[in-house]
Amino acid sequence: MKIKVSHLTKAYGTTDALQDISFQVPDGQIFGIIGPDGAGKTTLFRILATLLLPNSGTATIAGFDTIKDYKKIRNIIGYMPGRFSLYQDLSVIENLELFATAYHSNIRENYHLIKDIYQQIEPFNDRMAGKLSGGMKQKLALCCALIHKPEVLFLDEPTTGVDAVSRKEFWEMLRKLKDQGITILVSTPYMDEASLCDCIALIQNGTFLHIDTPGKIIDSFPKRLYAIEGDQRTQNLQQLRNNPYIDSVYLYGDRMHLTFKEDPDPHLPEVVLVTPSVEDCFIWLMKKDSYE
Amino acid sequence: MEYKQLVAFIKKEFRHILRDPRTMLILLGMPIIQIILFGFAISNDVKNTSIAVLDPGQSVTAQRIIKRLDASEYFNVTYILSHPKEMTPLFQEGKIQMALLFNDRFDDRLFHTGDASIQLLTDASDPNQASMVAKYATTIIASCQQELVKELRIPMQIIPEIHMLYNPTMKSAYNFVPGVMGMILILICAMMTSIAIVREKEMGTMEVLLSSPLKPSYVIFSKVIPYFALSVFNLVTILLLSIFALEVPVSGSLFWLTMLSLLFIGVALSLGILISTLVRTQVAAILISGMVLMIPVMLLSGMIFPIENMPLILQYLSNIVPAKWYIRAVKLFMIQGASAKYAIKEFAVLSVMLVVLIFISLKKFKDRL
Repeated sequence: MKIKVSHLTKAYGTTDALQDISFQVPDGQIFGIIGPDGAGKTTLFRILATLLLPNSGTATIAGFDTIKDYKKIRNIIGYMPGRFSLYQDLSVIENLELFATAYHSNIRENYHLIKDIYQQIEPFNDRMAGKLSGGMKQKLALCCALIHKPEVLFLDEPTTGVDAVSRKEFWEMLRKLKDQGITILVSTPYMDEASLCDCIALIQNGTFLHIDTPGKIIDSFPKRLYAIEGDQRTQNLQQLRNNPYIDSVYLYGDRMHLTFKEDPDPHLPEVVLVTPSVEDCFIWLMKKDSYE
Repeated sequence: MEYKQLVAFIKKEFRHILRDPRTMLILLGMPIIQIILFGFAISNDVKNTSIAVLDPGQSVTAQRIIKRLDASEYFNVTYILSHPKEMTPLFQEGKIQMALLFNDRFDDRLFHTGDASIQLLTDASDPNQASMVAKYATTIIASCQQELVKELRIPMQIIPEIHMLYNPTMKSAYNFVPGVMGMILILICAMMTSIAIVREKEMGTMEVLLSSPLKPSYVIFSKVIPYFALSVFNLVTILLLSIFALEVPVSGSLFWLTMLSLLFIGVALSLGILISTLVRTQVAAILISGMVLMIPVMLLSGMIFPIENMPLILQYLSNIVPAKWYIRAVKLFMIQGASAKYAIKEFAVLSVMLVVLIFISLKKFKDRL
């Protein structure tokens, strides 16, 4: 196991950021942490990147303890914080060189690793990092986190604020890095990215609701899921919530998803059966969690 | 390998500074502007100073002196007083900067006893100005006296009795040069270093640096070097300006003055690092540097107000202000021309401060968030 986390707890004052988090990531996997803002993702990343001390529990990266052996861990990880954290007044190439030096490396040594990504930003080598577009910034940040060939890569919301095309490219790159044997821990608020991970954990209010492969999480959806298409959604939503047949109903993209208590309401003819997504599972788990 | 890291990060720091021309202009221009402001605008302008005279005897010699003063480009006799009491409101309203009081039997005294005195009262709430005004007046009176001796061929002496009102312990006219040196060095070293470190925290780059194998001491060290270089540059500017433009003599050892300044720069830099470990935002760093460093430097270092006149508590408090010791020793070297052995105490105090500050700030600098 590349990453082992057991019973990790962290509180800021009286608010619990993380409560009893445990999970393991095998070598060379992409492990996704999916959850809304403020769920505790960044805190978890900071603890694993040896930047914060947990209140209790332990975590090891490649066998090194995050508290005792933090100096060893810092040699083998690459960390990309959620906020763009490169030097805005240094150029692309200057940033890259600086971070390579910080890791006792240089650009030539691991050029093959970043080649695919770097080639896209290379034309802007002399542009200041602060003047790059959102997608370019993330690519540069990824290059900087990769330049020393880390064993484990921590990416905290790498695709937030990035356009759809760049997001797709970004995930393609992650797949390639995984093929090179790099273990990747990635967080995202986008549910559609979850299916691209080998394994995902759904996080809410500092606790993991569920950990499994995307396929199994979807399989574990306990009910039949139906969808209604149509434009009068907003007026309908309240009406449907009061419908005695319906267990739950919520907006999903340009339609509504609903589950029934037993059989579908025969008075709603336009209902179609659909396959649940990770988002449906997340909504289901969140609802279950709040009842308990 | 280690050495390469340090060089790369020092280079990076210089780039940050060089790519922010506005800040750099302030940093390099400020000492020049301050020296020029303090030096020319405030202390040397004695032209057309308004004065009041009291000459109850209307004696010939006294009238001659008054005319001479009025005729010079430095003074305008704007008020003729009939009683010393009239002087106080004129001073307080700022209408005059000096008053000349003659004895009612000035000529009698001068010709019979051979000496007579004139009281020169100056408004020393601005000490530089007051001493300059008094000096010019004394010179004019002395030249009058010489003429009289030549004409009348009798030995006599006019003694100007100078009274500094409102500020009896007159400070040297060159008081401000050591003061500006202390202030500029504190400002650049402490404030700019702390801001530069805190900016990394604010921008989130510190997070990335800390998660890398880079040693925290390298982060600090690479921040300190460029500001050290800037400070040394400023020190040279200030000294050159003082010596050549203001003609302040460096009568003591230039070598020890430099050593002392380097020591003080070290103290200021470690203060900056200490501040950066205490705050999280650049605004807080500016506020703390401003409140905790600038104001005490200006008020408690003897730069503006003489320490000897302060309440005892403030006098004790001034001992922990590094600039006080620095400014005192700079005065010894620059103006009094003392040798290094007279500044042993100042060197010792600053050295102890340096060691303590470095120890605390390295201890406080966290290698986690």
